[in-house]
Order: sequence, then structure tokens, then C-alpha cells
Amino acid sequence: MTRLTEIRWHGRGGQGAKTAALLLGDALLGTGFYMQAFPEYGPERMGAPVKAYNRISDAPIDLHSGVDTPDVVVVLDASLMKGLTNVTEGLADDGVLLINSPDPPEQVRQETGIKKHRLYTVDASGISQEIMGSNHPNTPMLGALMRVADFVDYGAVKTGIRQKLAQKFRGRDQIVEGNMAAVERAYQEVSGE
Amino acid sequence: MSVKAPKMAGLKSVAPKAAPLDMVARTGNEVMAEAMRQINPDVVAAYPITPATEVVQIFAGFVADGLVDTEFVTVESEHSAMSACIGASQAGGRVMTATSSQGLALMAEMVYIAAGLRLPIVMAEVNRALSAPINIHCDHSDTMLVRDAGWIQIFSENAQEAYDNMIQAVRIAEASAVRLPAMVTTDGFIISHGMEGVSLIPDEAVREFIGTFSPVYPLLDVDNPVTIGPIMFTDYYFESRRQVAEAMKNAHQVIADVGAEFGDRFGRRYGYLDAYRMEDAEVAVVALGSTAGTARAAVDAMRQKGIKAGSVKVRVYRPFPADMIRATLGHLKAVAVLDRSDALNNHAAPLCLDVTTALYSTGLGASRPSPPSERPRILNYVYGLGGRDIKPADIQKVFGDLEQAARGHAAFAPAPQNESPMYLGVRE
Amino acid sequence: MSDATQGASEKEGRLEPRHGWRDMPLGGVIPKAGSATEYETGDWRSIRPLHSKERCINCLLCWVYCPDAAIRLQDGKVEGIDYEHCKGCGICAKECPQKVHAIEMVPEGRIKEMEAGDRDVR
Repeated sequence: MTRLTEIRWHGRGGQGAKTAALLLGDALLGTGFYMQAFPEYGPERMGAPVKAYNRISDAPIDLHSGVDTPDVVVVLDASLMKGLTNVTEGLADDGVLLINSPDPPEQVRQETGIKKHRLYTVDASGISQEIMGSNHPNTPMLGALMRVADFVDYGAVKTGIRQKLAQKFRGRDQIVEGNMAAVERAYQEVSGE
Repeated sequence: MSVKAPKMAGLKSVAPKAAPLDMVARTGNEVMAEAMRQINPDVVAAYPITPATEVVQIFAGFVADGLVDTEFVTVESEHSAMSACIGASQAGGRVMTATSSQGLALMAEMVYIAAGLRLPIVMAEVNRALSAPINIHCDHSDTMLVRDAGWIQIFSENAQEAYDNMIQAVRIAEASAVRLPAMVTTDGFIISHGMEGVSLIPDEAVREFIGTFSPVYPLLDVDNPVTIGPIMFTDYYFESRRQVAEAMKNAHQVIADVGAEFGDRFGRRYGYLDAYRMEDAEVAVVALGSTAGTARAAVDAMRQKGIKAGSVKVRVYRPFPADMIRATLGHLKAVAVLDRSDALNNHAAPLCLDVTTALYSTGLGASRPSPPSERPRILNYVYGLGGRDIKPADIQKVFGDLEQAARGHAAFAPAPQNESPMYLGVRE
Repeated sequence: MSDATQGASEKEGRLEPRHGWRDMPLGGVIPKAGSATEYETGDWRSIRPLHSKERCINCLLCWVYCPDAAIRLQDGKVEGIDYEHCKGCGICAKECPQKVHAIEMVPEGRIKEMEAGDRDVR
């Protein structure tokens, strides 16, 4: 039976939501899955809310429509949840909601009023700041996603991410290593309920 | 703290290594730029416009890195881009470009001229809605604007097809019986910016497939000077245009031959139509571009409900495969044509016009109407304008209408009643 | 080629174009150089330039500006006017320096009179 998983990313322009989705898709392709990775564009500028999507399947993906009922939602910027974007739209009651936040899930539930879904948080921005000295939450979020999604071979995907980063940041090993360390730390530190 | 990581309902323990491991992840724009790199044209003249910009932006990087021999001409508008392409092609070079929407509209007079001069220019056209209102997202209004210009028009469903079509387009355009410019389309943002797994062909094999360019009457051949683009009055213009029509006729066979050869060499065979579950279908939808993929998902859902549903993807829109449409759809009870553009004629949208005339007659030249048993009920839906998403549920609704139409349902009245075309997915 | 004179045939006293669509060169190309010379546009004229060699200083401005390349030169000097192609636009007369005034535009009708009466133009 064909299985399909759909992921929606929320971020602001410049935080790397699109890059995260493309990086994930690229890495997953390398492990033998069929995939799609695509952004959604409104105003193309820094700071504006952006969305990105992944589809992952064990069979060729025919659908070219948008993702309306994701299985997983990843939020790179928690400030989006303050009325700007309904990040849980279309997410199944038992779907996974992964949020970039230093607070534990229980606290996030209290503050946002979200009652349903399986909530996870990780301080991706904090990890990024500590390891890389800048706020780039997308790569650590990938690490956390691999932990809570648990449907792929983490080692293989990690290798894929490293390869893509090495291509992108040719000759700047420090950046690659920093990102990979952030991925690993987020994988370890993501907390659930 | 330890994390309870429940298995995903959708995708747990999926067998890895399902996709061929030689696939690479590329967006539609990236893979078209890659095809251009391998084709290594003599000249590229282009102007940026969303969502096509990346094609030439990435290609410009190849130029700067010395990966191609191309003379890259930065021009001040799309009109200038096509003008420069025409000059370069007539001079004797293999020429490529890319654009969308308003850019195509701005170069429209030159687009017609390129075809009239019989120049085999290849263009990556990323489908984007025409203004007004301004919209940067996908619909097919832009390429429909120039559907009568004499360009070959090949629609890509996904990134793999975009790549394969760009390579084939060079062979098709340059064939001596054709010598017409060709545009390869991709749905804006959906495919142009969507990343998928693509199988690439080695550089040498692409070079071998397209061969070297043989210009006809090259301006740079100063030993054999010619005059290009003269005026023709009432006594000769018609004959010159009749030639263009003949070239488009010849293209029909050439496209099939090139698609078959591509299949023999690279394992992916191409033709005019992709028929899905049509062997025993009673009702079907017809579409161009990425929607054809979504339609297949809807077909599967309808089949689960016991409906004999099928779908047809039209890959080559110009020249239009009337014979094949007739052969594939003529025996059905009802057909829905999905148009991602409107002809605003209070009658029927572009693709529907072509499909309907194909189904009406066993060859218009033979002037013999097809028998009533070979004329399915035709429903026309305009959808997806300005990038409005089309979902499997929308297409399932169309199949619901088709079922009623097929049964000659007296009460069948898609709201609003008896309207053609109908508008799918618009808020009333 | 748009002029029916090329490859034309007489038919009921009119010149008929000959080429069918199968015989046309690709893309409407005229596959030879200088074919414009075969199109004799001289009979479009209603006024014609008359050039005086005596007054001419051979500055060649008329030759530079003539849109039909109808000023004939020999050894760098103005030899005369190509009346088979001159359309009588008058640019040569306009560009000839005022003090030189070597070209005068004369109505075609007067030329016929002159030729009939064998009278000098000036």
C-alpha cells in the first residue's frame, strides 16, 4: 500500500523554512524515498510569513495540489502563533506539531490554548545561537523533526544533510560542522509530553 | 528527558530504496537550466520575470563559471530578448531563452516573427497568469496568448518531463521538415519551484542526441548573402504562411519519432497523450500540465467507488493531436475538459475548443461528422486561474458531474445551469 | 520576393506571381544579395533631381544621404543619377550645400517638355 506523509513548515522570510524543506527533500531522496519539496509565496521579503511543504512517499507522487491536511507541522518562529497564522490548520488531531521554543510543551499549550495534536518543542534558535553564533533555526529543527517523526533512517538522512551543506558551503567546514552539531543537539534535546 | 516518539501513522517503516538512487533532487527551474547547460547553446538572450527568472539566473552562473560556450546577452526587455534571439538564430547560432506571462506578452510580436522566419529557437516558458490583475502564480493564459503563433508547444507535468522536453525540443525544432521555434512549459511555482527527484542524462549522451546545429541561410555566411524578413504583399504572403502550416503538420510525425527515439535511448518514451486507466473508462477528464498528476489521484479514488474513470494528459498542445484525442476519447459517454485559462468567448475555453472539434468530426477536411456514438457529452471547466489550487476533491466533483451527464440525467444542471464554461473552484 | 516582376508571367496583360507555396524559400528569405536593384522604383517619381557637374564640388553629401543609393559615383566624383531607382524624395537637393546648389528638383512633367523641345533645363 502506498504511504504518503505531508509536512508543512511555517517561518518568516529569511529564516530558512524553504531551505529546510528543500534540504529535507533532498536528503530523503538519497535514502530512496520519493519526495516533493515546495515553497508557498506571498510577498517575497524578509520577515513576511512563509510556508513550505514536503511530501514523502514510497511510490512516485502524482499529486501537484497544495498540502491541506499535513501530518506534521513545523513552526520555525513561535511569534507567528500570536494571531498571525493558524499553524494548526488542517493538522489531524493526533498530528505532530513541532515548535521552535525554549519552553516545554505544557507551557506552550497554556500560552497558545492549543489542546489537540502531539506537541513537541525544541530551542532551535537557542541551540543555533550557542553553536553557530547566529539565529538559524532551520537545520536544528531538521534534527528535532527526525526524532519526532521517526519514520526514516536518521543516520542516512543526517549524511544526506551533511552532503548538501558541504556542497553549499564548499570550503567552509566550520559552518558545516556547526550546522551538523546543531542538528544532533536538537535531535537529543527535543522534548515531548 | 526521553522523548516518546510515536511512529507516524502514514509512513512508518517504509521500505527505503524505493526511488532509484541515481535520482537527484531538483526544482523545475534548476533542471531546465541543467538541460540548457548540457545543450550548450550558442546564444542565450533573456530578461528576468518571476517565476522564470531562475532558469536564466542559474544558467548565467554556468556562463560565469565557464561551463558553457554560450554568448549570454543581457537585454533591457523581453521584446529585446526575442529580437536578439531572432538575430542570433538567423546569424546561424543555436539559441535559447526563457520567460513567463507579461514577458511573453511583451515579446509577442517577435514570437510570431520567429515562427514566420522559421527559426528553431527553444524557450522555457514558465506558465504564469496574465495581468490584470497582476498575479505571479500559475495558469496557462500566457502560452494560450501565442497558441496561434506557429510555435511548437509542449506541456510538462513535472520536473522530469521539463528536463526531457527541453532536450527533445531542440531536435524537434531543428528537424529539417519542421524548422519552427518550440516552447516547453512548466506550471509556475508548482513545478518551476517545486523540488522532485529527477534522473539526469550524461552530458555526452545529450550532446549526441541533439547533434550539431545546421543553420539554413545563416547571415554570417557572407559568401552567400541573403535578405531576411522582407515585406510580402498580397501576392506572396499567403504562400509563405501556408509553408508554416505545413511545417506544423510535419511536426506531428517528428514529435512522435523524437519521443520514441528518446525512449529507446534513455528509457522514458514520450508521445502526445498520456492515457491513464482509459482501457475501459466511460468517463474521463482531460488536462494540461501538473493538474494531470492530481487528476490521476482523483481517478484512483473514483475507481475505488466503482466508477469507470480515466484521465488523459495532453503533452503536446501545438500541433494538436486531434486524431489521438478522437481515438482515445471518442467512445466515452462523457468527457470533462479542464482548462487553466479562459477564452472569454461566452462559449468554451481553449483546450475544450480543440478537443471538441477533434471529437466532432472524423477529420474536418473530410467534412464528415463523427457518428453520435462517437461524440461524448463534453463538459468544460475553467479552473486554477491565478494559481488557485486544484485538489483531488475538486476533480472528484467533476467526475460526479460526468456520471450524471453520462446517464443523460435530465436534472443534471451544474450550478449555474447550462453554463459553458463552468468555473471550478471560484467563490460565487 | 514581393515584386511580381520576378519570375512573373504575362496573363491577360497583367503580371502574375509564379511561385506556389511549395516553391517558396524557407521563412520568406530572398536567397540572393542585391535583389533590390531589380525592383525599378524610378516610376514612383513625380519630381526628379537634375545634377550639374559644373557646379558640383564632389562633397558627396548627396551620395551619403540618398536613401535609395541612387547617386552614381565614378572615381570618387558624382557621375549622375540612377533614374531607374531614384524615387524623387529630394533629400539630395536639400543636403547639397546652399552655396553650391548643384541639384535642382524638377517636376517630371517639365522633363518631358524639355526632352521634347530639347531645351536646356536652366
